[in-house]
Amino acid sequence: MDIKVHVREAPGDCYVVDLSGEIDVYTSPKVKDAIGELIDRGAYHLVINLEKVRYIDSTGLGVLIGGLKRVREHGGSVNLVCSNPQIKKIFDITGLVKIFGIFDSEETAMKALV
Amino acid sequence: MNPAVEREPAREVVELRVPSTAEWVALIRLATAAVANRLKFSIEDIEDVKLAVAEACTAVIQHESHGEFIEVTCEVGADALHLRVHDAGRHVPRAETDRTMDYDEARVAGLGVFLIRTLMDEVTYDVHPELGTDLRMVKRLPGHPG
Repeated sequence: MDIKVHVREAPGDCYVVDLSGEIDVYTSPKVKDAIGELIDRGAYHLVINLEKVRYIDSTGLGVLIGGLKRVREHGGSVNLVCSNPQIKKIFDITGLVKIFGIFDSEETAMKALV
Repeated sequence: MNPAVEREPAREVVELRVPSTAEWVALIRLATAAVANRLKFSIEDIEDVKLAVAEACTAVIQHESHGEFIEVTCEVGADALHLRVHDAGRHVPRAETDRTMDYDEARVAGLGVFLIRTLMDEVTYDVHPELGTDLRMVKRLPGHPG
């Protein structure tokens, strides 16, 4: 099991973080490091694309919450791209749909960010 | 002609024992999903079981583990899957350790417990100071309220 992380610069001073694989207690530190490095470099408007994520647990949610908390300190925001019903269900039952913008496409997530 | 001898269906029990470290949680998750599949759960229910068992193991590894191994027992019943996640380590109350959780860590731990309780039909938790901790969970097939 592994997670792949790819960061892309996008128009409008935004960055897209593409995640692919499974985010659990073993792999979430890698995601945390990637998002942390991005924020350390001054990227405060992020789209995190979960379209290729097959699984996420509470540690993965914790990484996303931590990232959101950090960018908000700088007036930033994090939007998520996710259309997988099982993953959306986890955001739904934990109430995180209320704190993240969750979109079915990267395009709508980007538009909502800026 | 002798009356047919009625036998109880054989219990199917799968026992897994892995080191109490993060890299083994994926194996527990996959093996538990394979067992759950024997009960003909829906894909959504199998995903629920996978997440619940993984959250239980994660709690042991991240916050409570003082043991070398995690033992997961999956018992296939007629209409339910019974899971036991056992950490054989001696339970040390947090107040006796130098390990403290910050707010965010506590919040994530709370999310894990919340997910387990939401996704499974029954959840019980026993802490024994010497024998370790047991988290028992039941997922029932739809239409079998127990």
